[in-house]
Amino acid sequence: MRRTGPLVVAFIMGFAMIFQYFIPHPLSQKFYEIMVQQWLIIISIFLYLFGLRSFTLYHYHKVRRKKEGWYFSLIALLAALITVIIGFGTRRGPLFDKIYDYILAPLQATMFSLLAFFIASAAYRAFRARNLEATLLLVTATIVMLGRVPFGAFMWHKLPDVVEWILKYPNMAAQRGILIGVGLGMIATSMKIILGIERSYLGGE
Amino acid sequence: MWEKLLRLDRRWIFVLVALSVLIPLLKPLGLPMKTTEPVLNLYTYIDTLKPHDKAVILVTDFDPSTMPELLPMAEAIMRHCFARKIPLILYGGMYPTFVGMAKMALSRVLPDFPDVKYGEDYVFLGYIPGTSLIILSMGESISKTFGNDYYGNKLDSLPLMQRVKNYDQVALVIDLSGSGTPVWWIIYGYQRYGVRVGCGTTAVSAAQYYPYLQTGQFVGMLGGLKGAAEYETLIERAGIPPGRKTASIGMDAQSIVHLMLIFLIILGNIGYFIVRRKR
Repeated sequence: MRRTGPLVVAFIMGFAMIFQYFIPHPLSQKFYEIMVQQWLIIISIFLYLFGLRSFTLYHYHKVRRKKEGWYFSLIALLAALITVIIGFGTRRGPLFDKIYDYILAPLQATMFSLLAFFIASAAYRAFRARNLEATLLLVTATIVMLGRVPFGAFMWHKLPDVVEWILKYPNMAAQRGILIGVGLGMIATSMKIILGIERSYLGGE
Repeated sequence: MWEKLLRLDRRWIFVLVALSVLIPLLKPLGLPMKTTEPVLNLYTYIDTLKPHDKAVILVTDFDPSTMPELLPMAEAIMRHCFARKIPLILYGGMYPTFVGMAKMALSRVLPDFPDVKYGEDYVFLGYIPGTSLIILSMGESISKTFGNDYYGNKLDSLPLMQRVKNYDQVALVIDLSGSGTPVWWIIYGYQRYGVRVGCGTTAVSAAQYYPYLQTGQFVGMLGGLKGAAEYETLIERAGIPPGRKTASIGMDAQSIVHLMLIFLIILGNIGYFIVRRKR
């Protein structure tokens, strides 16, 4: 029953959502409203509780067993706890905003900014014209990098147009091919889940 | 010598990157900006909307990690809407850390528009769980989906939200995102409810959205810092206060960093071929 229940729910709700999309009957519309505006949003709220439980248990066990880097887990637990206390305690007041503006925002921005340094170092060491494909990628990347900044237009006023052409035609054709493949894959996977063929989401298999 | 150069300590490269960013920020070059078609399309779409008519929903689907590219877009679009008297619904995004970005943009733009009134000219929607379901639910009723605004006011009590019930009264949704959320707005917003969608994205993600531009599923797109800088230039030309123009300032630094990267790649390749030939 532990497995049959979720499979039956996935089967019924999967087909119900497909049918309601194509049948604009008031009953179908009402079903959709209840599903989307009430059930699904409520279910997604519970996912946060699962996330919180998973986060807490993972870090708690790491600290308790003194695993490598346990002090980072302790910081993560304390940071989460303090943020929750301040958030609820001040009812999302100025102190809560300050945590966001002066701790979270600079930390996240710094982490992402470091990418520029590592990309520069990696490009110098690894971006080599070893074969035809790598050379094509290298030449295209150089043109796009130049054309996407004002200095490119300063060098040659047509360069931004060349870049736009690369993005609009060769790039778009490749992206569309990928998207069609992904779309077909999603349809196939969804049908397998609805029909109960793909069960890995239940865990254990 | 080339072998030594290829084994260059990466800290020297880090110093070069730091200098390439810092110097143009301290001493801007002021290079001219050419407007690209996707940016112009989005700008024109907003610019031709009727004042005090249908609303624009601006979604800040990004957190501080992509703030340097996306926050200037949010500010420029808000300025455009406020100056043209286009009702604005600012939605703080689909994840909790995104709301602060909307708040930050609002705090930078509002001082330049003292006549703009909350509840009449704009409304600020906070975070509620549900991600893509929120997009579907807004198509039925925005007030029922959110209940209250960011400040805790009942949405039904705000004059703007009494007019804007769902996407039927919305002219455009603009999703500013560092992830794949703009596509959700196409799937659930445009394809299901017919609301027009535009997007602003990081430079690294921009290439993946060109198929949607070609089909017209996106009315336009701002790609990376350059997209934001182009929009800043367009609103400035229209006589709208552009604020600090952070994107335009950043473009000079990006120009030099890109040049430096290209120089390093060429240098690395020359060294690679010379060393390979010697072996």
